[in-house]
Amino acid sequence: MRRYILQRLWQGVILLILVTTIVFFLGRLTGNPADLMLPEDATEEDRQALIETLGLDAPIHEQFIIFISNAVRGDLGDSHRYRTPVVEIFFSRLPNTLMIVPAAMILAILMAVPLGILSALRRGGLIDKFSGTIAVLGIATPNFWLGMVLIYVFSVQLGWLPSARMGGFEHYVLPTITLGTFLVAGFMRLIRSSMLDILDSEFVKLARIKGMSETTVVWKHCLRNALIPVLTLWGVFMGGLVTGAIVTETVFAWPGIGRLTYEAVIFRDYPLLQAVILMDALLILLINLMVDILYAYIDPRIRLAE
Amino acid sequence: MSDDIVLDVHDLHTHFFLRRGVVKAVDGVSFSLRRGEVLGLVGESGCGKSVTALSLLRLLPKGAARTVQGEIELEGEDILKTSDREMRQIRGRKIAMILQDPQTSLNPVFSIGNQLRETIAKHFPGPGGTVTQRAIEALRNVRLAAPEQRMDQYPHQLSGGMKQRVVGAIAISCEPLVMIADEPTTALDVTIQLQYLNLLKELQEASNMAILFITHDFGVVAKMCDHVAVMYAGRIVERGPVRQVFDNPTHPYTQALIASVPKMGDQRGRLHTIEGQPPEFSDLPVGCRFAPRCAFVEDKCLSTYPTDFSVGNGHTSACWKLEKPE
Ligand SMILES: Nc1ncnc2c1ncn2[C@@H]1O[C@H](COP(=O)(O)OP(=O)(O)O)[C@@H](O)[C@H]1O
Ligand SMILES: [Mg+2]
Repeated sequence: MRRYILQRLWQGVILLILVTTIVFFLGRLTGNPADLMLPEDATEEDRQALIETLGLDAPIHEQFIIFISNAVRGDLGDSHRYRTPVVEIFFSRLPNTLMIVPAAMILAILMAVPLGILSALRRGGLIDKFSGTIAVLGIATPNFWLGMVLIYVFSVQLGWLPSARMGGFEHYVLPTITLGTFLVAGFMRLIRSSMLDILDSEFVKLARIKGMSETTVVWKHCLRNALIPVLTLWGVFMGGLVTGAIVTETVFAWPGIGRLTYEAVIFRDYPLLQAVILMDALLILLINLMVDILYAYIDPRIRLAE
Repeated sequence: MSDDIVLDVHDLHTHFFLRRGVVKAVDGVSFSLRRGEVLGLVGESGCGKSVTALSLLRLLPKGAARTVQGEIELEGEDILKTSDREMRQIRGRKIAMILQDPQTSLNPVFSIGNQLRETIAKHFPGPGGTVTQRAIEALRNVRLAAPEQRMDQYPHQLSGGMKQRVVGAIAISCEPLVMIADEPTTALDVTIQLQYLNLLKELQEASNMAILFITHDFGVVAKMCDHVAVMYAGRIVERGPVRQVFDNPTHPYTQALIASVPKMGDQRGRLHTIEGQPPEFSDLPVGCRFAPRCAFVEDKCLSTYPTDFSVGNGHTSACWKLEKPE
């Protein structure tokens, strides 16, 4: 177990180094960053002055070393637009995202687990058909479109729920649904198909032979096994969650790191974009590490592997 | 002696209702088991042995199969008439079962101890310590080394043979009246098959439970069983005391099965196999079901299913050639 976690940590560190390197060199490849920062009417002197203050006249490997040593100390430069350290901006926005992402994940688990299980238990029944339709729609509908439709129906037409910005509980409903639908659909189908296999398995047969009740068979013997594929395919969901967060926060004017990423691109705020990508990568690695630990907790074959 | 009968199965019919038609996988099977008796149910793959076993536990694939006729009397009470709740009290407690493949019979995510204690706690509820003691005792009874340590291990940490012992421990943990062993050694390494058979025999003698021993191998029947019932295409075609059936098989199918057992010192070194295929359940012959493969077939065999003819000493055979001319 310890070895497994250390191994995952080590892989995470390597990935982070790779991401940092790529982000740095991509920035230099697309031209001199100074050009992006200067106003349209800047003179050549202004340009040279900026290049010197930013240290952009040094050889590229020196720049890289400076960048890394600053990054390790938590200094990723200042945002052009806000004129404040990008790391500070990131952490001021982070809590807002940390409210809707877990909410979407909890929604996904609360809906997908029971619906996936019930669909498998009553295969071809009403719940199965209903949740099958939801799943197809959920996977096929782009987040931005779903977000806009929800806003149109529940905010504009019905006036039940706010369409934008943060606030009380009611502000969380639409963004959570928008972000969570993809997860709900994916989890539900995975749980359903693995439940179908598991219900046919010999160990479930043996559990029944032992005299176990259906409740024990389903919620003890099947559920844990049915969750394993969800964790195995976690990477796919993580990708959806990241793009989903960017789109959802943009549509709902939600001041989280998803929207910050979008702003960094739109306003060509290069230091901010660099920081956001690096910090997003770090965050994803941390979440994945937690999922890996959960995976090991659920599956003894992982936990006890040499 | 008839009050010694613990399980009495009478005229059991279990059908699969499939889109392509009705499959009469068990089509009028009767047998009884006395306390401490080992009855072999033997026949080719697909003849309905496992479906018979699952019918006894009422654990047929939901929606697809149903026992449509017959009685299954356990200690004189028809379990086909009991409630689902009562049935769950019978499973694992009165009737236990060992499945064929130990690699898949245990739940991979729970420890051996968990899966064993679960059964005991269900049928003998009590303080945790007592349940654990009983679980360890069961593991000791199946001769698993270091039973205390095994409790915390997971299936993937055990070999196939050890897993099958755990499945055996689960089966005996609640001291059942009847144990069904459905090809318990088919999936084991040849080298440990005999060990496992010896273990079952030992457990049976120590507890005096009855065993319904399912196999396709007549050699195993001869070693394990007191009585044998030979099954073909959903019906029992010959039955009797093992020695008698083995020495004097009267049904051509039984004769072929016995001939197919590799004999020690058989110089020819080849297996006798039975020619032809068993009939499709959806297209059963009107008469004897073995007739299309039988060397002794007569007109009567093709038109009418034979009745059971006595060969003496409780040995019967469903074959027209045993009909005595009047
Ligand atoms: N799940 C199933 N679905 C449809 N038919 C089945 C199923 N299980 C068994 N059968 C039918 O029942 C017959 C007997 O099966 P089974 O009892 O498993 O044979 P065996 O004697 O090898 O244990 C098979 O030949 C098949 O036609
Ligand atoms: Mg079978």
